[in-house]
Amino acid sequence: MTTGGTYAGGIWSWITTVDHKRIGILYFVSSLVFFLVGGIEAMFIRLQLATPENTVLSAQAYNQLFTMHGVTMLLFAVMPMSAAFFNFIVPLQIGARDVAFPRLNAFSYWLFLFGALFLNSSFFLGGAPDVGWFAYANLTSSQFSPGHGVDFYILGLALAGAGSIVAALNFIVTIINLRAPGMTFMRLPLFTWMTFVVSFLIILAFPPFTISTVFLLFDRMFGTLFFEPAGGGDPRLWQHLFWIFGHPEVYILILPAFGIISDVIPTFSRKPLFGYPVVVYSGVLIAFLGFGVWAHHMFAVGLGPVATSAFSGLTMLIAIPTGVKIFNWIATMWGGALRFRSAMLFSIGLVAMFVIGGLSGVMHSSAPADLQQTDTYFVVAHFHYVLFGGSILGLFAGVYYWFPKVTGRFLNERLGAVHFWLMFLGLNLTFFPMHFAGLHGQPRRTFTYPAGLGFEGFNMVSTVGAVVTFLAVLVFLVNLVRSLRTAPTAEANPWEASTLEWSISSPPPPHNFDHTPEVTSRDPLWHDGIAPPPPGEEEFHMPNPSFWPLVVAGGLLLVMAGALVGLPLVLLGVAVTLVGIYGWSFEPIH
Amino acid sequence: MTDGRPGYRGHRPILVFAALAITLVAAACGGDFPQSSLRPQSDVAREIDSLFRGIFWWAMGVLVVVEGALVVAIIRFRERPGAEKPKPVHGNTALEIAWTLAPALILIFIGVPTMITLWRVDRPPPSSDIRVEVIGHQWWWEFNYPDLGVTTANELHVPVGKTVDLRLKSADVVHSFWFPRVAGKRDLVPGTENQLWFTPDSVGVYPGQCAEFCGTSHALMGMLLFVDTPEEFERWAAREASPQESGAEPRPSDDPSVLAGREVFFGAGGCISCHAIRGTPAAGILGPDLTHVGSRSTIAAGVLDNTPDNLVRWINEPHDVKPGNLMLDMGLSDEQARQVSAYLLSLE
Repeated sequence: MTTGGTYAGGIWSWITTVDHKRIGILYFVSSLVFFLVGGIEAMFIRLQLATPENTVLSAQAYNQLFTMHGVTMLLFAVMPMSAAFFNFIVPLQIGARDVAFPRLNAFSYWLFLFGALFLNSSFFLGGAPDVGWFAYANLTSSQFSPGHGVDFYILGLALAGAGSIVAALNFIVTIINLRAPGMTFMRLPLFTWMTFVVSFLIILAFPPFTISTVFLLFDRMFGTLFFEPAGGGDPRLWQHLFWIFGHPEVYILILPAFGIISDVIPTFSRKPLFGYPVVVYSGVLIAFLGFGVWAHHMFAVGLGPVATSAFSGLTMLIAIPTGVKIFNWIATMWGGALRFRSAMLFSIGLVAMFVIGGLSGVMHSSAPADLQQTDTYFVVAHFHYVLFGGSILGLFAGVYYWFPKVTGRFLNERLGAVHFWLMFLGLNLTFFPMHFAGLHGQPRRTFTYPAGLGFEGFNMVSTVGAVVTFLAVLVFLVNLVRSLRTAPTAEANPWEASTLEWSISSPPPPHNFDHTPEVTSRDPLWHDGIAPPPPGEEEFHMPNPSFWPLVVAGGLLLVMAGALVGLPLVLLGVAVTLVGIYGWSFEPIH
Repeated sequence: MTDGRPGYRGHRPILVFAALAITLVAAACGGDFPQSSLRPQSDVAREIDSLFRGIFWWAMGVLVVVEGALVVAIIRFRERPGAEKPKPVHGNTALEIAWTLAPALILIFIGVPTMITLWRVDRPPPSSDIRVEVIGHQWWWEFNYPDLGVTTANELHVPVGKTVDLRLKSADVVHSFWFPRVAGKRDLVPGTENQLWFTPDSVGVYPGQCAEFCGTSHALMGMLLFVDTPEEFERWAAREASPQESGAEPRPSDDPSVLAGREVFFGAGGCISCHAIRGTPAAGILGPDLTHVGSRSTIAAGVLDNTPDNLVRWINEPHDVKPGNLMLDMGLSDEQARQVSAYLLSLE
């Protein structure tokens, strides 16, 4: 047993940290803040839509809020909260002392944070983007969106997206190279597996998005005509490029949650994961198929029956590996000894809710049916069952599960159960009626709707549900704050789990493992699957803190701001970036 | 550690939830839903609806089986004190093949009807009884009937039982044409022409609206579909095709405010720089064609009923009614606005 770690040290120690655990905590706190921001935006949306022809928000304000709700929840809340777990948990699960490139890891975090803050600052600097998170051309042209909102969108997401790509490369290298001896790929915990898969999705999906935003930037700033029909451009080009990113993005958001519950369910069932190889392969298959279905977001665009058939059929295929995962989770529970701790409640909640979102997804995959459903509240219901019922519940499962490992403290189980049931009730009240509203003809992205079309009741129930969901989040925050003020009593393996992160103290020491473990089994803590360490102290070297990643990221932030302010600031930003890269390269390693 | 403390306290939350769900479903199936995709009134909409209903029941079957298995597992396999340690089962090849094949089989029952419907719906129209060119604008609809010489806005008239052949274009950004009662959506993409067709089978008035986010007042881009009897349609088409006035002289009117309104419309109001009225010098092209506007039932793309008061409001406060739209507030006095409103309503 190693001695426990602490998180001692002032603010400077956090700013210069390259410790994957501290960076994980930074990701978590930041993403939680943005989760609250996105949630408050959602509350405004629901208040406006509570009654027909309501005037809580102006059309302009509503359009900014629904755009930023989407961007914030997807890119600044769910993705970085997944990244928080990648950072904290993956090195521990594979028996490593840090990620492969610790300073690059810090750099990814700062890029994400600066991108998110930069984009959100637009609320106070002339207005946030109001063109939807999908930002369809040619509504985003300087003719139809003359303000700077779209520029903030392009530049902010360029920063955050670069951070995601860098982080993904880091995790791919880490998982390939830093696995402990004996930790073969088919012994990796499922969460690490899904991190690996998602990292590939990120490096393949973000570049098309970056390219399309660069095209858009050129259209807006330098008068090119990529998306301008009058000049021979085509707005549909944006849609294709965007969804080649946008659909894999959905799996970037959901697969980490799948990974989490694939670790949680076996632990609280006291049974190994049923069909481990099949669960792994189906995750990989979902990721592959995810790149071949983007045009199912575009069935109404008029692609012609051949392309539509192909994308319709491929989309249906995704139901197979997804269904297989669901069955394997249920089979893991079958015959087990289930302990309904909060982490388990949220995991079961994910399975129950994701089935609903998956089935409505099958309905959309049928292109003719989708022609009625697309761009209605039916779709809003569908993807909130997937992303709230799926990703968010899964991430909360992860929070309750790994909280003792991260902090050495427990979240209160009773409050956890209250949190779960309130959230379960709230999300169903919010999103279930949207199925009906959509099928009965309510389009999405509308700041108001007339009385008399029969939408009133559904929307009122949704708004009540949103309030309940918000209360559930407050319960969680209370739980979080209360728990952080309790004494650290968690042992190394409080849940009697099977994976390596539970073999070391809670919280782990800065170097994680006194001895690099040698793994001999897929569930090492259940089967004496760690070889006894050799005698004597193991020599290792931990990286020094560094502020250069912050300097480089800050320089890039100045470049982005300069794109809106003027050339001198761009040049200053380039200078800062270059100085930062120089300092980073020649930083002494002791 | 708090091992053994139950986090699970009976099935009551699930029962409450089920009761809520049943109430909601009951509420959702009754009621009047004039814009519902589940109340089809054309050949195309009926095909899509029956396809959807088939998929829906397959989905319900899967839902019941999967959620049922989950609930059974939750109830049966709770940890009980003193029970044996669970067997460490790692998998079962036969089972896993079975639950890979089962969804694949169900997908065949969904995929085949999908493809059949797709190729029936997504093809050139079987006939082109009524051809209409639809042009989307921020935030209103232009309807041109090339064979009938009719141009109108926001209210589409078609005869029952005839196949309507729509050519969809956009004047500015991407819009989406959607009358849920008669067809699925089809986008209006600038720079290209899309096609959509349907054969309405029931006389009535059906609401629709733009279904692709198209800027500030996307929510206020409504439209109405009038499925008329053949006689009604012919009368409507004949009237719409006729010019509002012949010659340069205004039509005589008993109401002095109509004539005064005409003066304002063609003069101080500046209305003719954007609007056209066929048979008069008004030939603007930026805004909706106002020929026979008095016979329309709504104004501002389905946002307001076509009444004198609403017309005054629309003329005087266009940006309160529809934020961001191109209609200019010309600063008319209330009296002038009333006169213009009287003139427009006289254009039957």
